[in-house]
Amino acid sequence: MPFLMTMLSGPMEQFEIMQIIPVHLGAYDISFTNSSLWMVIGVAAVSLFMFMATRRLSLVPGKMQSAGETLYIFIADMLRGAAGKEGMKFFPYIFTLFMFILASNLLGLWPSIPGTPAKWHTFTPTSHLIVTLALAMVTFTLVVVYGFYKNGLGFLKLFVPAGVPWWLMWLIPVIEVVSFLSRPISLAIRLFANMLAGHLIFKIFAGFVASLLAAGAWGVIAILPLLGNFAVYLLEILVAFLQAYVFAILSCIYINDAIHPSH
Amino acid sequence: MTEFLLLLSASAEAAEKGGLPQLDASTYPSQLFWLAVTFLTLYLAMQFVFLPRLGGIIEERRNRIADDLDQAAEFKREAEEAEISYNKALADARAKANAIAAETRAEIDGQIKAEQAQMDTQLASRLAEAEDRINAMKQSANEKVDEAAADTTKALMEALVGTAPDDRAINDVIAKVAP
Repeated sequence: MPFLMTMLSGPMEQFEIMQIIPVHLGAYDISFTNSSLWMVIGVAAVSLFMFMATRRLSLVPGKMQSAGETLYIFIADMLRGAAGKEGMKFFPYIFTLFMFILASNLLGLWPSIPGTPAKWHTFTPTSHLIVTLALAMVTFTLVVVYGFYKNGLGFLKLFVPAGVPWWLMWLIPVIEVVSFLSRPISLAIRLFANMLAGHLIFKIFAGFVASLLAAGAWGVIAILPLLGNFAVYLLEILVAFLQAYVFAILSCIYINDAIHPSH
Repeated sequence: MTEFLLLLSASAEAAEKGGLPQLDASTYPSQLFWLAVTFLTLYLAMQFVFLPRLGGIIEERRNRIADDLDQAAEFKREAEEAEISYNKALADARAKANAIAAETRAEIDGQIKAEQAQMDTQLASRLAEAEDRINAMKQSANEKVDEAAADTTKALMEALVGTAPDDRAINDVIAKVAP
């Protein structure tokens, strides 16, 4: 029975926010937590990569510069393809967004050091809805503000697609507005849920391994969930890339709406 | 709105009992604050340091390649021009050589003709000379024949009749007989 208890309470423990350095700003608790730590580690890792990539620039690039340039061209082509040349002014934002999410997703897959206290365990900041929602809201706000700034009220044409028959004019804009408003929510939940699910599966499979090993002779079949975890791990590496890419390219597509509202 | 707050407080209670940590609203300020700090830091580093450097070198390479291509096109054009002028020079030289050859040929032809003409006249004059000589010899031979005939006639007449006729009579007779 005790192993069942750990299994039931266990899978969510890895998402718990734990204070490392308590900080208070007025009424707000803005303590430095395990989540903050892994955000900092992610940013440091990305910065280190970018530093290595741009340290010795040459016309014939080295390995690191090649990697950096490939990434640069990949994101630039994605943004240009979705939002056109004009969208390139948002390139630093999209690049940062992609790298931040990718670093958070990938580093969260790093195994924790066994025996260390829980607050030093590996943590995935993007497995928290508030973080992904905040990132989605940045994109959303950017689209709304830039959309109205650039097109004025013409931005509202976004909600009235061309070629709608007059007798649907009362319905289509309502649907368009609802779909527009639900964008940040779907962006946020897609990323958060993917990260949550992946880490939950790890923990549950790991729980199976532990309980099967404890079950005496049947311990042999513990190899099955272990292999399962191995497969899921490979899949999660793919998912880490994929979700960062999806978040970034959807942001590009939404930015395109702000630049060219009449679709 | 109140329902949402109720849900939040309920989930906060649930979190204390081991519920969803994601719905523990007390952690939100810290997460949002540190997200803002780290994301903004990375954004500024990207915007002002890393991306301009990477983009700059990519742009530079693109320009360099474009320049090199331009230069290659220029070199190619120059090479084509050189080939054209080479061909032209070759054609000129060939034409000139032909002209010289033709001129020389004409000159030599002229020389040959002149020499031939000279030779012809020389030969003709020598032929005429020879003919003159032959005619002279023929004439003198004829005269000698007449003389011999006269002598013979005189000697015959002397032997036959004992007197020699005078020369004038003999010559008249010979002139009558001889063709």
